Amino acid sequence: MQTGQSGTISSINIGGNLGLRLREMGLVPSTEITVTGHAPLHDPIKLRNNDQTLPLRNNEADHVELTAATIGGKR
Amino acid sequence: MSDPLHITLAGNPNSGKTTLFNHLTGARQHVGNYPGVTVDKKEGFFTHKNNKIRIIDLPGTYSLTAYSVEELVARDYLVNEQPDVVVDIVDASNLERNLYLTCQFLELGVPLVIALNMVDVAEKRGISINTEKLSKLLGVPVIPIVARTGQGVDALFDTVLAVSRESEHPPTLLRYGSDIDQALSEVVPLIEQNNLLTSTYPARWTGLKILENDEQILDKAMLADSTLAQQLLNRSETLTHHLQSTVDAYPEAVIADHRYGFIKSILRQGVVTRTFDVDRLYTSDKIDKVVTNRVLGPLIMAAILFGLYSFTFTYSTFLVDWLSSFFEIISSSVDTMLPDGPIKSMIISGVIDGVGGVLGFVPIIMFMFFGIAVLEDSGYLARVAFMMDRIFHFFGLHGSSVMPFIVSGGIAGGCAVPGVMATRTLRSPKERMATLLTVPFMNCGAKLPVLTLIIGAFFSSHQARYMFLATVAAWLVALLTAKFLRMTVLKGESTPFVMELPPYRFPTVRGLLIHTWERTWQYIKKAGTVILGISILLWAMMTYPGLPADKTAEFDTMRQEVAACQSADNSVELLKIDGLEAEAGLQNSIAGRIGIALELVSRYAGFDWRTNIALVGGFAAKEVIVSTLGTAYSLGEVDPEKTTSLTDRLAKDPHWNPVVALAVLAFIMFYAPCFVTVIAIANEAGSWKWAFFSMGFNTLFALCMSVAIYQIGTLLGLG
Repeated sequence: MQTGQSGTISSINIGGNLGLRLREMGLVPSTEITVTGHAPLHDPIKLRNNDQTLPLRNNEADHVELTAATIGGKR
Repeated sequence: MSDPLHITLAGNPNSGKTTLFNHLTGARQHVGNYPGVTVDKKEGFFTHKNNKIRIIDLPGTYSLTAYSVEELVARDYLVNEQPDVVVDIVDASNLERNLYLTCQFLELGVPLVIALNMVDVAEKRGISINTEKLSKLLGVPVIPIVARTGQGVDALFDTVLAVSRESEHPPTLLRYGSDIDQALSEVVPLIEQNNLLTSTYPARWTGLKILENDEQILDKAMLADSTLAQQLLNRSETLTHHLQSTVDAYPEAVIADHRYGFIKSILRQGVVTRTFDVDRLYTSDKIDKVVTNRVLGPLIMAAILFGLYSFTFTYSTFLVDWLSSFFEIISSSVDTMLPDGPIKSMIISGVIDGVGGVLGFVPIIMFMFFGIAVLEDSGYLARVAFMMDRIFHFFGLHGSSVMPFIVSGGIAGGCAVPGVMATRTLRSPKERMATLLTVPFMNCGAKLPVLTLIIGAFFSSHQARYMFLATVAAWLVALLTAKFLRMTVLKGESTPFVMELPPYRFPTVRGLLIHTWERTWQYIKKAGTVILGISILLWAMMTYPGLPADKTAEFDTMRQEVAACQSADNSVELLKIDGLEAEAGLQNSIAGRIGIALELVSRYAGFDWRTNIALVGGFAAKEVIVSTLGTAYSLGEVDPEKTTSLTDRLAKDPHWNPVVALAVLAFIMFYAPCFVTVIAIANEAGSWKWAFFSMGFNTLFALCMSVAIYQIGTLLGLG
C-alpha cells in the first residue's frame, strides 16, 4: 500500500488474534480507509478509518484486501 | 450503614476513562494489582447525593477476548465481582469503534450505563449525537458528559443510581448471520439443560465464546463437563469447516463483522448528524506531518528524549543532594549518639545507607515518570513507538520498548529501576518480558563512575571513545539478547502492532501529578520493604566474622608503635594502618571468603579476590564497586567522585592490565542487575522466577564475555 491510496475493505483474510485485533479497530468489510503515511523506515504504515489513525505493520496490512482502490483521489 | 455501591468504569484506551476516574475520586484512590497479573487495579471512593460509591477503573480494552491479560482481567472482574453498575465510557468522536466493546457488554448482560464522553469535542466538529435515540436502540441509558470539566457527571450518577435499583439486566440478543445463529440455537439449549457454567456466565454467552474458540471458556467448560464440552467443540468445528468452505472466514471473524453490522445499522438510523464536517484529526495530522517526517521525525525524537534526560537529571539533582545530605546528618548524629560496636555499624551501614539508597532513587523516578506522563498523555509516546517499531520488531520487541531502553540508560546515565517500571505501558506480554529482562544491560548512572574509573586508569588517552563504545556495546548486547530470548525462553508470535495513534492533547496537570505519584508511591512501598532486609544482609556479609582477636591486637600494637615514635606525620601512618586493617577485615568477611572462593572461576577472566568482592558489593548498587575496591586496596573508603588515588593504584597493580580492565568493564556492564532492579523485575514480571533468571543469566553471560576477552587478549599478548 502506498501513501494516499484509499479504498473500501472487501475482506480481512486472517483469523486468530491478528484477525480479531484488526476487526476490533474497525477494519471490517465495507469500511473506507486511506493510507495517510508511513514511519521513517517505511514500516509501519498509517491508516485512516472511522476518524482515527491506525498504524499497521506492512505484513499485517497485507491481510487487508481493498476494492476500488484509488491513489490520490484518482483511479 | 449499607455497603457502598459498587461501580465499574470500562471503555477503550484513550476514551477518557482515567480522566473521569480522577475527576470522581481525586486523591482518594488506591492502585493495586489484580491477583497474579501485573495489571493496575485502580480503586477509589466518593459520595454522590449521600450514596457512598466504590469505583473500580478497569483496564482500557477494545474488546473482551481471551487474547490479552487486560481483556481477561476486565471480563473476569465483570463476571466474578458482579458490580452493581458498569459505566461504559464511549468516545463520542469515535462512536463506531467504541460501541464494539459496548456490544460485548450487552452480550454479557451486565447492568450498563453509557457515558458518552467528549461531546464538546464532537460538537465543535459539527457532529451531534441523538443520545435518546441511541439509548432507545441500544436499550441502555446514554448520558452525555465531558469528563475533563465534569459536565454531565451528576446526571450520569443519577442514572447509575437508578439503574442500580433495577433487578433485571437480560443480555441483548445480537444476530450473527444464519450459520452462527443456527449453531447457537443448537448449542445454547444443551448448555442450559446441563447447567454448564450457568452460575457464572449467561448460556448464550458461553455458547458464543465456544463458537469463537475462546481458550479460557473452553478450558473452563472442559473442567466442568468434558463430555458436553467435547460435544460443543465438535459442533463448533463443524461450523468452522462450514464457514471456511463457504465464506472463507473463521467464526470469530464472522461474529465480529456482525457486531459491526449491528453498530452500523444503529448509527445509520439518524443517531449521528453532521452539520458541518471538520476533521477532528486536522491539527493532529498537521503535527504528525512534521513530527513523524522521515528526516525531521527522528531528529525531533532524539531532541525530545534528550530533553527528558536533561530535565530528569538536572532538576532531580538538588533533591538527590538534599536527600543524601539529610541521610549524612542522620548518619553522623547516630555516629555521635551510639557507642562504637556492631549495632552502630549495622544502623549506619545497613539501615541508613540501605534506606538512603532506596530513597535516593525517588527524585529520579518522580521526575522521569513526570516526563513520561507528559509524553504519554499528550499522545507523543505512541508516535515514538510508531517510528521505532521497525527496528525493535526486528529484535523481537515492540515499538513501545523504546522508552524503557532509553530510561534505563540508552543515553548513558539513566536508571534501570524506572526503566523496568516503564515496561508496564507495553501491552504485549512476551515483548514486555524480553524488554524488562534486557534493559538492565544499559549503562545506568551508577555504572558510569565505575566505567570512568577503569577507563581512566587504563585507557585515559581515549576516554571519550571508550565511553561511546560502551554505550554502543550496551545497545547491541541488549537487542541481541532480546532476540535470543524471543527465540528461546520467550518464543512466540509477535503481538500485532494494532493500536490507535490518539489525537494530540494537552495533558491536564492533575492527571500528570496523579500518574507521577502513583508510580513513585508504588516504588517506595514495594521496594522499601525488601530492600531494607537485603541491605542489612549485604552489610553483614561484608562485616562478619571480622578479624580474629590476635589480628586486631597486632594492628593495635602497630598503632601504638607508630604513636610512640614522635614523628611529625604519624597521622598518615595511622591512616595507613586503618586501611590495612579494613582490608584484612574485608578479606576475612563472608564476602571476602566468597571473593576468594570465586577466584576458582574468576581467574579465567583475570579477576583476583579484590575485584570479586567489589563485584559482590556492586550487587547492592553499582557505584559501591568503587568504594569496595578502595577498601580492598587498603585505601579506606573511596569517594566515587574523587578516585585519583584508586586510579593510580589500579594502574600500578601487577594484577591489572588493559586486558583485565576490558574484561572487568564487560563484566560490570552486563552482570546481575543491582538488587533494587532485581526487585523491580520481580514486581513487574509478577514472579521471582524471572528475577532470579535475570541474575543468573546476566552473570553467566557477563562471565563468558569477560573470559573470552581475557583469554583472547592474553593469547594475543595485549596484556
